Amino acid sequence: MNMDALLLSLRLALCVSALLLAGGLPLAYWLAFSKWRGKFLLETVVAMPLVLPPTVLGFYMLVAMGPHGPLGKLWQVFFGHGLAFTFEGLILASALYSLPFAVQPLIASFESVDRTLLDASAVLGAGRLRTFRRVILPLSIPGVVTALVLSFAHTMGEFGVALMVGGNLPGVTRTVSIDIYDHVQSLEYAEANRMALVLLAISFAVLSAVYAINRQVGRLLGRRLWTPWTAK
Amino acid sequence: MDTVDGEVNRAALTARVKMERLRRDSPPFLLDISIEVPPGITILFGPSGAGKSTVLDCIAGLARPDAGRIAAGQEVLFDSLASVNCPPQSRRIAYVFQTLALFPHMSAEENVAYGLDGLPHGERSARVEEILEAFGVGKLRARKPPEISGGERQRIALARSLVTRPRVLLLDEPLTGLDAELKAAIVDDLRAWNAARRIPILYVTHTREEVDALGERVIAMDHGRVVSEGTPMEVLEAPRRNRLAQAAGFENLLSATVVDLREADGVMRVRLNGSLSELEAPLGYAAAGDRVRVAIRAGDILLATMRPEGLSARNIIEGRIVAMETRGILVRARVDCGVQFIVHLTPGAARSLGLAERSRVWLVLKTHSCHLVEE
Repeated sequence: MNMDALLLSLRLALCVSALLLAGGLPLAYWLAFSKWRGKFLLETVVAMPLVLPPTVLGFYMLVAMGPHGPLGKLWQVFFGHGLAFTFEGLILASALYSLPFAVQPLIASFESVDRTLLDASAVLGAGRLRTFRRVILPLSIPGVVTALVLSFAHTMGEFGVALMVGGNLPGVTRTVSIDIYDHVQSLEYAEANRMALVLLAISFAVLSAVYAINRQVGRLLGRRLWTPWTAK
Repeated sequence: MDTVDGEVNRAALTARVKMERLRRDSPPFLLDISIEVPPGITILFGPSGAGKSTVLDCIAGLARPDAGRIAAGQEVLFDSLASVNCPPQSRRIAYVFQTLALFPHMSAEENVAYGLDGLPHGERSARVEEILEAFGVGKLRARKPPEISGGERQRIALARSLVTRPRVLLLDEPLTGLDAELKAAIVDDLRAWNAARRIPILYVTHTREEVDALGERVIAMDHGRVVSEGTPMEVLEAPRRNRLAQAAGFENLLSATVVDLREADGVMRVRLNGSLSELEAPLGYAAAGDRVRVAIRAGDILLATMRPEGLSARNIIEGRIVAMETRGILVRARVDCGVQFIVHLTPGAARSLGLAERSRVWLVLKTHSCHLVEE
């Protein structure tokens, strides 16, 4: 079994989840509370990866990260090397692809916080940041957990974007799903099966964790969390 | 009231607010009021939808008026002309919401300490301790709101708002759903707390009982405007608008025509439209032939099974009971006298008089129980 590919996939999924949490919290806050009329445009952009084929997204990411693309040039300036076919490039592209899986549960849980609590916090002297830290975030923990778990799971199983942006460099961009694909191409079914089973087991474990949390929290809060399966 | 005292007046809350809210399926709602709230409890009274909560939201800074000026003492919090709009977190105005809005993930103690963020730890816990004791909820400090009973939750919400030493306190029907005894106990604690501090307290309610219980000063509102101001007696006993009359507990609202004025006696006679019955009512701003409305509380009407004699009451009308129903400790009778009256009596009285549907009865009304209401 190719442990390198498995470890790489885990490392990638962890990095992507962390990056999405850091970027997703402010983005989801803005999407949940902004009263700007054009907000739907950004909402659309965030939801795009749900409907776009990963190859399309991957293709444009590849172009943007290439030596002549804006991201690629910028990266060259700061780090002295290109972005395409690197682990960092793969993180960035995967994060974009999993963005809705992190942002939408966060928005849903922020929006479900009773607005009177936010008013109460304000009249008690708290600014926005303190209200977010002390009231919104603690009441949205289940949403944060869902966001983390979903971005992790989605990145673990991701194939199209990884193939387009990462290529197939062992230990750098060769993830589990690409490894499986390679084995199948070379008719090594036994090897492919072993990797596929590992991925299957991980996905099952992660999703059952989400459902279990959802159930627990649903009982506590009297409502269900956002998941792709409960989305309207 | 001690509002003439200059020292006290300097702490008064003044609010002049104009605001238009567009609504679906109905004409836009216009809020246009000017109020002054001196230290002590002032009640903002009116039916639901009168705009009471919106006034509180504007004062707290949670809603923005289209125009106006809001000031706490000398400090201007909002002024549309001078483009002043102080954000809610720096107004130092405490607000107890109808739902109380206690933070469900924090203990009572953490809830109360929430507004004391800038203070050193020692002083903070001392103040939390002090106020929890003042409102009699010291033993609940470690509990979270869902584990705390009604009444005690209200006390904690009050403590949380007052611990910050606000300059104004806004209360939006915070005692709804509590029984009278519990309400009175909480109001007593609030009064005791405010006795030393004397801040303006604006208490919103739509129930008459609370006005009677709290009553220092009442501002009555309807349709976004102030309709009357004064002591509870002045405001409630002379309701000038229909909706206000209903909210103030006048079950009988009858159309009538003025027959004549007897100014020497301070009364006028009106004929109830749709019947030949006449009533004597206190003299009002009306002339013979004017159409007016008369508001009468169902509990102010006496029922007799024989035509009574030797009474001071001037209005005695014959009728027949058409319906009776018992609601808890109250019997509600509908009496047809050409027009229908609602009369409240106790189950004991109904039993001893042997009242039933189709019984013949006489209604007895004091002149001063008949209130004239503006159309």
